[in-house]
Amino acid sequence: MTRTVVIGIGNPLRGDDAAGVAVAEQLRPRVPECVEVVSCNEEPSRLMEAWEGAESVLLFDTVTSGAPPGTLHCFDAGEEAVPARTYRSSTLAIGIADTIELARALGRLPRRVRVYGIEAGGFATGSGLTPAVESAVAFLVKDVLADLEEERCTSAR
Amino acid sequence: MARRTIVTDYLARVEGEGAMTVELDGDRVERVELRIFEPPRFFEAFLRGRSFLEAPDITARICGICPVAYQTSSINAMESLCGVEVPEPIRLLRRLLYCGEWIESHALHVYMLHAPDFLGYESAIELARDAPAAVERGLALKRTGNDLMTLVGGREIHPINVRVGGFYRVPTRRELRTLVEPLERARGAALETVRWTAGFDFPERVVDCDLVALDQPCEYAIERGRIRSSAGLDLAPAEYDEHFEELHVERSNALQSQLRGGGTYLCGPLARYSLGSAELSPLAREAAAEVGLGDECRDPFRSIVVRSVELVHACDESLRIIEAYEEPDRPAEPVEPVAGTGYGVSEAPRGLLYHRYRLDADGTILDAKIVPPTSQNQLAIEDDLRDVVARNFRLDDDVLRRLCEQTIRNYDPCISCATHFLDLQVERK
Repeated sequence: MTRTVVIGIGNPLRGDDAAGVAVAEQLRPRVPECVEVVSCNEEPSRLMEAWEGAESVLLFDTVTSGAPPGTLHCFDAGEEAVPARTYRSSTLAIGIADTIELARALGRLPRRVRVYGIEAGGFATGSGLTPAVESAVAFLVKDVLADLEEERCTSAR
Repeated sequence: MARRTIVTDYLARVEGEGAMTVELDGDRVERVELRIFEPPRFFEAFLRGRSFLEAPDITARICGICPVAYQTSSINAMESLCGVEVPEPIRLLRRLLYCGEWIESHALHVYMLHAPDFLGYESAIELARDAPAAVERGLALKRTGNDLMTLVGGREIHPINVRVGGFYRVPTRRELRTLVEPLERARGAALETVRWTAGFDFPERVVDCDLVALDQPCEYAIERGRIRSSAGLDLAPAEYDEHFEELHVERSNALQSQLRGGGTYLCGPLARYSLGSAELSPLAREAAAEVGLGDECRDPFRSIVVRSVELVHACDESLRIIEAYEEPDRPAEPVEPVAGTGYGVSEAPRGLLYHRYRLDADGTILDAKIVPPTSQNQLAIEDDLRDVVARNFRLDDDVLRRLCEQTIRNYDPCISCATHFLDLQVERK
C-alpha cells in the first residue's frame, strides 16, 4: 500500500475546533502500520513536512460554511484547488487552502490529497465537541478506516 | 479631467479586514481613507475586573502574529508598577522569545505578503510557481521563528509559558542548543533575503513625518526601552499619554493616534532602523551597508529591505543569547500587586506597542489602555497614500489601485490588532 499520512488540525481546547484532531486521535490506534497519524496546527512548513514523501494524505479540519453542524464536506485537492472561501478562517495569515496551493506550486503536494471538513457548531472554550460534531467524527473514523482497510498494507513504507 | 473613484473593498495580503477609498477630481486628491471595518473587539473593556496576572494571556489573544508583543508590554507595565525587576537571564529569555516572533512575523510579511507586490504577482502562490527556492527560503525562516517561540513560549501561537515575573518553566541549555543549527541556517537565509529584496525595483519615496521608536543604550531596542522620536522626544513609558493622543474617526473601528495637538508620526521598522541602526549586530549592519542602505531609511517601499536586515539581526541576537544562556535560579520572581498605574512598551514587529493599566491594591485591573502600532501608523499611511495618488493620478485605475494597495502593505498593517482590519476604493470624480 502507498504511504499514507493522516493529519488532524485544530485546537483541542476550543469546542468543535477539536474535530479534526479528534478524528486523527481516534484513528491513531486503529490504522494499519503504514499509516502515519499527525495532529498539528496549520503552520505551512509543518504541514508540508508532515506529508513529505507521502503518496496520499488525508486532512481533517473544522469548517464554517453555514451548513448545519456535523455536515461533512469532502473533496479531492490532489486534482483541483481548494475552495478557499470554505477554508479561509485561520489564526495565521496562511490557512490550509493557501498551504495546499503553495505546496502544489512548490511541487511538494502528495499525489492524493483528500480534505475532510467537519462543519462546526460552536467554539466555546473547554466545552468539548457538540453532539452533532461528535457523531460526525465517529462516522468519519469508521468510514476512513474501512477505506484504509480496503487498500491494505502490502509493503512497509 | 473627470472625477474618479477608485475602490478596493477588501484588501488582500494584510492581517485583518479593511478597505481603501480614494476620490480624485482631475489631478486633485479629494479624499483618501483607510477604512477599518473589522468589528471593534473591546479588549480594554473586558480586562476590567480581571487580575493583573491575567493581562499577558488575555492581551496575547489580540493577535495571532504578534502575541509576544502584547504579553511583553503588559508584563512590563505590571512589573514596573509593582517594583519588580527580573534578573538578566529572564530578561534575555524574553528577548529571545520576542526575536522568534520578529523572525516569524517579518518572514511572513516579506515573503508571503509584500514580495509579490514588487515582482508583479497576485499572491505568494503565484510567486512560488516562478521562484520556488525563494518561497521555500521564506517558509523555512518563518518555521525557525515558530520553533523558537514553541521552545521558549510553550507554543507558537499565543504562547502559554509567559507570566508576570518571568516564565512558568525555563528551557535548559541543552534544549536551547537544539536551535543553534536551525538559527544559523536562518541567519544565512536572512542574509540572502536582504540581497534578494534589495534587488527589487523601488519607486523613489521619502516620508518626512516624525519617527518614533524605542531606544535602549547599546541594544537594538525590542522588549524594553525609552520612547524616542526623530524630533527629539525622549520619554519614559509613563510620559506617553502626555505626548500622544488617540482620536475616533467615523470611517474606522480603530482609534487613530497623533502627536498631542496634531502631528503625524510613524513607528515600525523604518523608525527603529533610522533611530537605532548603529545598535544592530555587526553582521546586520554589514548586510545593510552591502545593499546601500544608509544609517537611516525613510522610504516606505524599502521597508521590505529594512525588515530583512532586522531578520538578520533577530537571528544573530537569538544565537548570541543562546550562546551566553545561563539557566536562572528560578523561573519567575514573585510579584505582589501595588495600587496605581503601570506603563509598558515594547517593539512589536510593526512598531511601538503601548499598554497602561490601573490596578487596585489586590491587583484587580480597574482600567486598561492598549495602543497598537497600526493605530499609530494610520494617519501616516493615509498621508503617504494621498501623496502617492497626487503624484500618480495619470495612471489608469487598475495600476493606481495596485500602487495604493502596495503603499498600504509597505506598513504591514495589522488590522486585527488595530481594532484590537483593510478593503481599497479609489473614487475619481
